[in-house]
Amino acid sequence: MSDKTLIRGARILGGEPADLLLADGAIAGLGTDLDATGAVVVEAAGLVALPGFVDLHTHLRQPGREDAETILTGSQAAAVGGYTAVLAMANTNPVTDTAEAAERVLDLGVAAGYVDVQPVGAVTKDLEGHELAELGLMARSRARVRVFSDDGKCVHDARVMRRALEYVKAFGGVVSQHAQDPSLAPYGSACCHEGEISGQLGLPGWPGIAEEVIVARDVMLARHTGSRVHVAHVSTAGSVEVVRWAKSQGIDVTCEVTPHHLILTTDELLGYDPTYKVNPPLRPAEDVQALRAALADGTIDAVATDHAPHAKHDKEHAFVDAAFGMLGLETALSVVVTTMVETGLLDWAGVARVLSTNPARIAGLDGHGHEIAVGAPANITLVDPSAKVTVDRDASVSLSRNNPWHGRELTGAVHATFLRGKATVMEGKLQ
Amino acid sequence: MKKHLLSIDDLTVDDVHALFETAAEMHDVQRRDVKKLPALRGKTVINLFFEDSTRTRSSFEIAGKWLSADVINLSAKGSSTSKGESLRDTVLTVTAMGIDGLVMRHSASGAAHQVAGWLDIPVINAGDGTHEHPTQALLDAYTLTRRLGSLEGRHIAIVGDLTHSRVFRSGVKCLTKLGAEVTVVAPPTLMPSGITAWSKDAGFATSYDVDAVLPTADAVMMLRVQKERMSGGYFPTAREYTVGYGLTRSRLALLKEGAPILHPGPMNRGLEIAPEAADAASSAVLDQVSAGVAIRMSVLYHLLAGPSAAAATTGE
Ligand SMILES: [Zn+2]
Repeated sequence: MSDKTLIRGARILGGEPADLLLADGAIAGLGTDLDATGAVVVEAAGLVALPGFVDLHTHLRQPGREDAETILTGSQAAAVGGYTAVLAMANTNPVTDTAEAAERVLDLGVAAGYVDVQPVGAVTKDLEGHELAELGLMARSRARVRVFSDDGKCVHDARVMRRALEYVKAFGGVVSQHAQDPSLAPYGSACCHEGEISGQLGLPGWPGIAEEVIVARDVMLARHTGSRVHVAHVSTAGSVEVVRWAKSQGIDVTCEVTPHHLILTTDELLGYDPTYKVNPPLRPAEDVQALRAALADGTIDAVATDHAPHAKHDKEHAFVDAAFGMLGLETALSVVVTTMVETGLLDWAGVARVLSTNPARIAGLDGHGHEIAVGAPANITLVDPSAKVTVDRDASVSLSRNNPWHGRELTGAVHATFLRGKATVMEGKLQ
Repeated sequence: MKKHLLSIDDLTVDDVHALFETAAEMHDVQRRDVKKLPALRGKTVINLFFEDSTRTRSSFEIAGKWLSADVINLSAKGSSTSKGESLRDTVLTVTAMGIDGLVMRHSASGAAHQVAGWLDIPVINAGDGTHEHPTQALLDAYTLTRRLGSLEGRHIAIVGDLTHSRVFRSGVKCLTKLGAEVTVVAPPTLMPSGITAWSKDAGFATSYDVDAVLPTADAVMMLRVQKERMSGGYFPTAREYTVGYGLTRSRLALLKEGAPILHPGPMNRGLEIAPEAADAASSAVLDQVSAGVAIRMSVLYHLLAGPSAAAATTGE
């Protein structure tokens, strides 16, 4: 079997068709009518070639909840979604808050072999929000942790957040904040955007202000410490406004939005279906519009899935008791195409920016998010830009089925994914 | 009528009138020596209560028994999440015993809706979290109809903790459906979020000023205030709440002569309602309790009785 692949006639970043020769894990040739001798040929006329996607925000559930997802199955779902690297969130059981735990996640990712699995380290021990975890040891471990997050919970104590921001400067780290002031939106109980629908449904409200006050505080702390802060899953127009202002002031802040916050609204909750229970909650249409605009103008840097697999029975509780989260890895590209490309808000270079280049830069992942050029790592995703996909949750390679897109038609599909020149997905199928 | 009664939204105006008509017949039965009707003979109804409520549970139990149903009370309090069993598993297990109807109370909003999606038998919502309590709304509206006649154009005030009240959420829907003008009164901290837009769409008024509303009310419905709300910071002290929003002895004088006073119980005498108001001649509190049985008989009858049972009942 050849380790050379020739991708013939793909539109590079949606531009002119060209051939791409992948060899020895890198892009060995780029041009027209490249010599196919000894190479596996992939006919890619009409397909768009993008740098492999990087997900800043993935929950893989291993260790602790291997019935919902494992590093292997999550990696497979990521590859199907066009990803070549994912950041595995720290809120597993036990929590990734030591160098050893981080290395275990890294090693399981290598063993799975579908995407690079980069562990995120907890900011505080056991995500309790009080004492810093061993950030430096995680950073110096084989896992080279650079992103730290208590995701699922907020680092809500301002003093702890300040120290974390200061401390990670030593090794170029970043704190990814789950912005939720628990005094305004209590963990667990607050489960629905606070507004007319929560009022009518009698569901405990999770007001946008609970996110915005933390975002506002954290950008000021980032300014004060001269450090870098990343806001996970922004969900409101107010948060976006704060980030836009902070960037205009030169504060080192980045942020991400989930695919579901780009399209789904609070209206989905009218039937109390826990599939749509997610944290932060789905917001009204005005917020969705503001998020799309901010992603288009660069205020929001990246799309991150917040892929949150759950076993079926964990969603079969009353709405307020059901688990938070929905699947996202396999459908992110389709949602971005449907909400951002078809609407004319982003071109393909823009898609590459929000799904690959920016997340790789934010996470400090050198091997990903490169431009498509000779000598760059051969991490490539081929997209069929006009495919109409009706999502079928039972076709998922994830172990879980909490898929909010089931039965919906989306535009755009991942055709193939290459990790260092090796196809992990071909014609939409896992290799 | 729809298969389930989960929300007042499930009922048309005609449905409500049909339920009231049957309830009036059932009400007459309650005054007989022998209260049993054969309508639900051979049918089994489960009262599945995930949250305690002696009053609602007994009301449904009596209603079922007077219709000759076999009524089984099951307390599932704390059974689902604490033991790790899902709500779906719990209700499927219970209903697999072969029952004809499920009356369900749950502390979580929407629980009855979710359960109805998993079952083939009729589900009656006996209160879901802070969402709805449709039979309470029906019995309140029925009680008012008996006192005031048609509710068309009548002005009803609902006063108290609106945020946490399923009685309010179902009540306002039912009363406006029957043509009443409704004003809801609460301090801003106990007004549900988004109520400004919602009240406009749903056609009811809001106010922070109980003294301004009471003189124009044809009836007043006081809501229970849970003392725990004080620790939640919704209002400073019980004393301040009573002065601001309680139906005090002095406020009784603001009411129109004979305007009925309703309360879903249990009452905090001295907090949201003064003893003088609770015991006033115009108080409808005990009427509500007896109407509750009649309304629940009517609901069970309409949802569970087959055509033959209907004939048997009307023949009596
Ligand atoms: Zn989060």
